[in-house]
Amino acid sequence: MIVETGHFALILAFALALAQAVIPFAGARLGDGALMRVARPTALMQFLLVALAYGALTYAHVVSDFSLVNVIENSHSSKPLIYKISGVWGNHEGSMLLWVLVLSLCGALIALFSSAMPAKLRADTLSVQGLLGAAFLLFILLTSNPFARVSPAPWQGRDLNPILQDPGLAIHPPLLYLGYVGFSIVFSFAAAALIGGRIDAAWARFARPWTLFAWISLTLGIAMGSYWAYYTLGWGGFWFWDPVENASLMPWIAGTALLHSAAVMEKREALKVWTIFLSILAFSLSLLGTFLVRSGVLTSVHAFASDPERGVFILAILVFFIGGALALFALRAGALPVGGLFAPISREGALVLNNLLLTTCCATVVIGTLYPLALEAITGEKISVGAPFFNTVLIPIALPLALLMPIGQMLAWKRGDLSAALARLRAAFIIGVAALAAFGALQGAPYLSVAAAAVAVYLVVGSLSDLAQRANARAAGPRAALARLLGLPLSVFGTAFAHAGMGLTLLGLAATGWGVENITTMRVGDYADVGPYKIVLEEMAARPGPNYSESYAVMAVRSNGQTVARIEPAKRFYPARKTARTEAGIVTLGLGQVYAALGEGHDDGSIDARIYYKPLVTLIWIGALVMALGGAFSLADRRLRIGVARRAAAPALPQAAE
Amino acid sequence: MKRALKILALAAALLAPLGAQAVEPGEKLADPTQEARARAIATELRCLVCQNQSIDDSDAPLAKDLRMLLREQIRKGASDKEARDYIVARYGDFVLLRPPFKPETLLLWGAPLIALAGGALALWAAYRRRRVAAAPAALSAAERAKLRALGVEEGEG
Repeated sequence: MIVETGHFALILAFALALAQAVIPFAGARLGDGALMRVARPTALMQFLLVALAYGALTYAHVVSDFSLVNVIENSHSSKPLIYKISGVWGNHEGSMLLWVLVLSLCGALIALFSSAMPAKLRADTLSVQGLLGAAFLLFILLTSNPFARVSPAPWQGRDLNPILQDPGLAIHPPLLYLGYVGFSIVFSFAAAALIGGRIDAAWARFARPWTLFAWISLTLGIAMGSYWAYYTLGWGGFWFWDPVENASLMPWIAGTALLHSAAVMEKREALKVWTIFLSILAFSLSLLGTFLVRSGVLTSVHAFASDPERGVFILAILVFFIGGALALFALRAGALPVGGLFAPISREGALVLNNLLLTTCCATVVIGTLYPLALEAITGEKISVGAPFFNTVLIPIALPLALLMPIGQMLAWKRGDLSAALARLRAAFIIGVAALAAFGALQGAPYLSVAAAAVAVYLVVGSLSDLAQRANARAAGPRAALARLLGLPLSVFGTAFAHAGMGLTLLGLAATGWGVENITTMRVGDYADVGPYKIVLEEMAARPGPNYSESYAVMAVRSNGQTVARIEPAKRFYPARKTARTEAGIVTLGLGQVYAALGEGHDDGSIDARIYYKPLVTLIWIGALVMALGGAFSLADRRLRIGVARRAAAPALPQAAE
Repeated sequence: MKRALKILALAAALLAPLGAQAVEPGEKLADPTQEARARAIATELRCLVCQNQSIDDSDAPLAKDLRMLLREQIRKGASDKEARDYIVARYGDFVLLRPPFKPETLLLWGAPLIALAGGALALWAAYRRRRVAAAPAALSAAERAKLRALGVEEGEG
């Protein structure tokens, strides 16, 4: 009964989404306030109904209701509770339901927190959001129904893919979807602005917090997914340039470009057309990613759906929304007034350059991801575009971008002074060169790692220099400096931290070139050297888990004769699916990690082991956290909040410009 | 240019995730230089039955066969190129994770340059257009007369 209620709620949500798409839109055209006000309750109710449906599916998973196909195929009564809950989105149908849940959440958030927006813009935004919801709800109802029953019900389910039985699954998809789908808000904003034909700095001020919100979630989601891959796949790879990963990277790059151009639009009313375009692009790339992952057009580790009917349906949604938005853009963009002027050497100019380089990266990733598909479709020839391609073409763009980031941060708006900006970065340059010499002397080859690490150090120092100088400028003593520092707008901290975080990630990436590995066969009592550590295999044993059995090894990590840590790499066997997975033994020492994974066992009691020392590797993810923190600072900026509140107090202001 | 490309290629290979899920201790070549070469080549060859994994990362049986084939060639004294060509001759370009330069991949390899140049060109055009649009309009005859009346020469002030 609960399951049927969920199914029914989903159908109701679809009907409401249609109403949300049509009625407020008509209201905005007719200038009818009552019709426009329909947007808010329908958006909230749509979210509640989808949440109800989602709750019903979760309930079925938690109580192991094996009359549901979805539960049979992805669950098992002995599966731990957390994986029963997170397993809901560990399959195609549930994952699409989560997608729509986040989409309707976004609609509800707009409905709740947009009272300061002009009524028409708000009605149109929610109407576009409703149309998106209707399209995807229809997709679920017609092609991916998670509530399908089967009779007779089997006694037991087939269990969730063991790779997905991991805390990573509990965190990674929700965060990723908040980011991915969060860009729908900005997309709807842009479409609504184009429909209404009025785009100004106030629009950017409404859109920017949502862009930040989506960007922060996506940053954390990608980082989380990458760490998950790192510790589960058994050899410490963290990014594979897999099309499914690229699907999340493309909107991230576009979103990063959007954050920067929206800043220009908000401050200087320039780059309006471009900002609108990026707003459409970011979510369009999310849709493209969803198509790639969900249609089965590429079969990869992540894709657990392959059904042409679904593919065609998503493709239709994709064409309708991207095509529609771009057509609207083409119709209206020409009529937008040209914004504020600026000299090429200025903060705006730097942000334009940033956008040029980021867009180039984004285009490269898109083309690299789609090229094999297109080539095969056109000529039938199969090629592979893998990590070597992406590294080769993107590193020459990414490193100059990293060099330019602190410089842009130092330039003034409107007209900047390049030599003054460079002078303010003197310390960063000196420390960067010192780092180059130090890394070169201490670590040596590969030289690209040395160069990238030096750029990374420069980037971190350069990003924070702005803060240091603003605090210290002519300040008398540390107390005054601290007072100045605390008095700075939070968005200044936001920029500094986000850029420094990028530097930390780059340093972690560079240091992968200095990793050490030891692939060897060991017996109890044997040791293996890896980097500065000696790894001793102390014990091998077996133990049962909740729904698996595990054989594990205890290894002591020794440094200068002292045991500094013990790790327990393991191999797990899941009888329900008759599959095994390796569980790496990892310990963080300083910023680096020792990582061990078990391979084949041999008859004589020895076992193959792969042991790695990865210096500075944690910085890859710490950097992402710092970037997200920077985003959070910007989001919390007083000026952004006051901007909104003021408009709430005086709603006549934005309308006066109409 | 060629040398720069080589350095980049090497760098990319070294920066790529250090892969070795699958390389088993027994497979390794006795000569460490040869083994290192084999590893470097293996990270750029695709495991054909897996998706997006190099043969160096994969534990599929086919990946192991390919690794053995590759090491066999290296052990026999083949150069990197010869060893790679040996595999490509048997499995086609699909096995290369770094697509080869050829007419069909021109747009792929050219993509970053095209995007960058196209973007830069568009920016330049927009900048010029804007400067023209923003340049002060020429004075009308009436305004000139007014200025003359005030005793100001054009171009002053």
